[in-house]
Amino acid sequence: MTKTKKLVLIGNGMAGVRAIEHLLKLSPESYDITIFGAEPHPNYNRIMLSSVLAGGADMQEIIINDWDWYKENNITLHTGHKVTKIDTELKTVTSHLGLEVEYDAIIIATGSNPFMLPLPGADKEGVIAFRDIHDCEVMIDASQKYKKAVVIGGGLLGLEAARGLLHLGMEVNVVHIFGNLMERQLDEAAAKMLQRELEAQGMQFLLQKSTTAIKGKRRATGLTFADGTEVDGDLVVMAVGIKPNIELAKASGIEVNRGIIVDDFMQTSIPGIYAVGECAEHRGIAYGLVAPLYEQGAVLAKHLAGVETAGYAGSVTSTKLKVSGVDVFSAGRFDEAPGTQSLKIQDDMAGTYKKIVVQDGKLVGAVLFGDTSDGAELFATIKSGESIAGREKEILLGISSDMLGQSSGSGRLEAMADDEIICGCNGVSKGTIADAITNKGCNTVSAIKSCTKASASCGGCKPQVEGLLQLYAGDSLGEPVKEGICGCTTLNRDEIVAEITRMNLNSTKEVMNVLGWHNPEGCSKCRPALNYYLGMINPEEYVDENESRITNERYHANIQKDGTYSVVPRIYGGVTSPADLKKIAEVAEKFDVPMVKFTGGQRLDLLGVKKEDLPKIWEELDMPSGHAYGKTLRTVKTCVGSTFCRFGTQDSISMGIQLEKAFERLNTPAKVKLAVSGCPRNCAEATIKDFGVVAIDGGWELHIGGNGGVKVRATDLLCIVKTEDEVMEWSSAFLQLYRENAQWNERTAQWIERVGLDHVKKALESREERLALKSRIEKTLSLTTDPWKQIVETDELRKNFVELSSPQPVQQL
Amino acid sequence: MTTTKLFVANLSDIDVKGSRRITIKDIEVAVFRLSDDSVLAVENRCPHKNGLLSEGMVCGTDVHCPLHDWKIDLRSGKVHEPDEGCINTFETEVDRESGAIYVTV
Repeated sequence: MTKTKKLVLIGNGMAGVRAIEHLLKLSPESYDITIFGAEPHPNYNRIMLSSVLAGGADMQEIIINDWDWYKENNITLHTGHKVTKIDTELKTVTSHLGLEVEYDAIIIATGSNPFMLPLPGADKEGVIAFRDIHDCEVMIDASQKYKKAVVIGGGLLGLEAARGLLHLGMEVNVVHIFGNLMERQLDEAAAKMLQRELEAQGMQFLLQKSTTAIKGKRRATGLTFADGTEVDGDLVVMAVGIKPNIELAKASGIEVNRGIIVDDFMQTSIPGIYAVGECAEHRGIAYGLVAPLYEQGAVLAKHLAGVETAGYAGSVTSTKLKVSGVDVFSAGRFDEAPGTQSLKIQDDMAGTYKKIVVQDGKLVGAVLFGDTSDGAELFATIKSGESIAGREKEILLGISSDMLGQSSGSGRLEAMADDEIICGCNGVSKGTIADAITNKGCNTVSAIKSCTKASASCGGCKPQVEGLLQLYAGDSLGEPVKEGICGCTTLNRDEIVAEITRMNLNSTKEVMNVLGWHNPEGCSKCRPALNYYLGMINPEEYVDENESRITNERYHANIQKDGTYSVVPRIYGGVTSPADLKKIAEVAEKFDVPMVKFTGGQRLDLLGVKKEDLPKIWEELDMPSGHAYGKTLRTVKTCVGSTFCRFGTQDSISMGIQLEKAFERLNTPAKVKLAVSGCPRNCAEATIKDFGVVAIDGGWELHIGGNGGVKVRATDLLCIVKTEDEVMEWSSAFLQLYRENAQWNERTAQWIERVGLDHVKKALESREERLALKSRIEKTLSLTTDPWKQIVETDELRKNFVELSSPQPVQQL
Repeated sequence: MTTTKLFVANLSDIDVKGSRRITIKDIEVAVFRLSDDSVLAVENRCPHKNGLLSEGMVCGTDVHCPLHDWKIDLRSGKVHEPDEGCINTFETEVDRESGAIYVTV
């Protein structure tokens, strides 16, 4: 029996542990693994510290492998131990606390140390780097006690630190020795655009300043510069660069340069000792971005496992920076060196910039600012080294790969090696994603995300993940994949609606039967959709299926996380009365409602209501349901308008109430929110609504397709009308057009983006057509009743709100 | 632990493709009536974040949790892939003539 070899990993960071992860997959039994980590934490994602600081993630979420992982994989972990000696004769490794471990092989993954400028005062309190969890904690702590922060370094890391400090509420000055930010990734044009954007976010810049000293007594109070000026700061963050941590290697007689010198198999000058990650220097380069380090780790793992590998040949890198809405991308050699030619587009109106750098007919570099959607593809083109001769302008203008020809898009993905990294943030390879698709049943980007973590961080690789999905899902089905409305069918919405209309189908069961559904009773996506389409097509005859409604629409209340519900009665146009308020208050007291809150839609919400109390509360309130749930009209927000407001040009309140009364209870493909503002100041925020009305002098502006949710979209102007009757005519026609044409679960914003504003305008152009749509929607509305009243009065419906009463034992077993 | 067989409801008390809840021995149980009038009973708690399965949508022999749409097989109590988890199920019996539903807990 061969003895397992002892492998010691020095460093518990991303690169080293990733190499171990690969090794465990390839050859779990060959090594007895021990890991030493100087920090007191398990393996965490250092890159995401920026997100922790900026508020997008918390410390727990950034842990890649928790304590259990080490136990489960029989890895001996020593945290809080800094290795100080490697004895290559005795083959032992010793930590600063005296712990000694034998080894057969070592991986040094000591990472980098932040470069601390040797300034007078650098040892004062309040002067830190931005490297680890401890630094984050100091910054968060400082933000609670102090006001001003200074970041020295306007590179990638410095700007991310500055963004985080702004989020923490501090005043931030960024000091940079050069005239342009991120000079390692951006050219002057993009750097200036970035600076303007960041200044608009509140960051202040001190460019071309060379720091000479840190002022202050025991604690830093600011900086002094070579030109005689100064700046105040109670927290000084040094983000001027990193240096490979080669201390241990050097002391152990291993050859070092800037980093620990390694060959294509990550082997150092001493056999059996390897180095990987930021501390390693390969062909003269010590990388500071994660994708190359993960590639190194994969090669090292193969080598240690005895698996054939061509070795690591270096990486072409790309950077993607997202600083709160500012998208910046850079790849390859973006400087305009002799022998290269560049093509650029700078659009100050849209706030975008794009430059591609070409040499010998190949793409060698790119810089994008403002719109980085082409980033992943440009990067792939740079890496592949393929000739782009003759296609330079197409690439510059970002014509999609489908238009460039099938071969370049999917062909490139197909030709990619399995161990090539698709998701740089989480180091997910093509092979892992392919495995998730073909063997683990992942058939959507989110399934792949949960299974492999690809696309879970910055999302820049999403187009490639989608491409792989097409590639592999198509293969395993043996035929091209067609997108149906859900996994139960390959038919899309238009096909289904056409068939329902043609064959006069009138139940979800019939539709699923006749149209050959894979699952006889459908799923939570298609049943409600079919129920909607059936009711939309035939409002008079179709009997709505309660069991095919989503939960909230079934119980006519909003289910909360703990199984209680919330009750929102109708308050038309946001206008109430003392009598109604008293009624709501009394009901809230009588039923001991835990929370009464105003909603964004200008009405009151009773939260924490027990399901069995719902019918009783509705009965006592004796108010119609506010439909704060479900795919229907939610509210019509209003601002005061000409009733009382000195600026109001029209009576927005009366218009709003009229709209809300007209359209309440309407079944729509997705929720619909309206608003009416009394003047162009738009205090009712009508321009982020599905249908928004803005009063102007002598008329009303009608706006459509707005959305104030996850993806904000401002409305498009549909038209301007003069009278309230015209507002009703156009709103009725628009809503009915939306109902008849959009996909279930598609908001008006998405629908309009898909079909185009012109299409909608054309469809509503003729008055005849508008009136026809209006009459259809009125027919539908005339058939609705208040659900609360209906449930209160119908025992068959009311029974569903109470638990079954006392069970009776039949026999003891 | 002794199990008890109890009468909980009549078929007519539960909507087709619907569910009612009942508390037995301090456990909240969700009783489902499927389209073929068979009855399945499970612990009324999604292994994800404790959503009430009785409020979810029934499709065949599966129920979708109303909170985050996890799909659970009512026969075995197991959560469908890609999610993981399992809940307790209870034996049921339906008297075809009287419509009486019995659950064993």
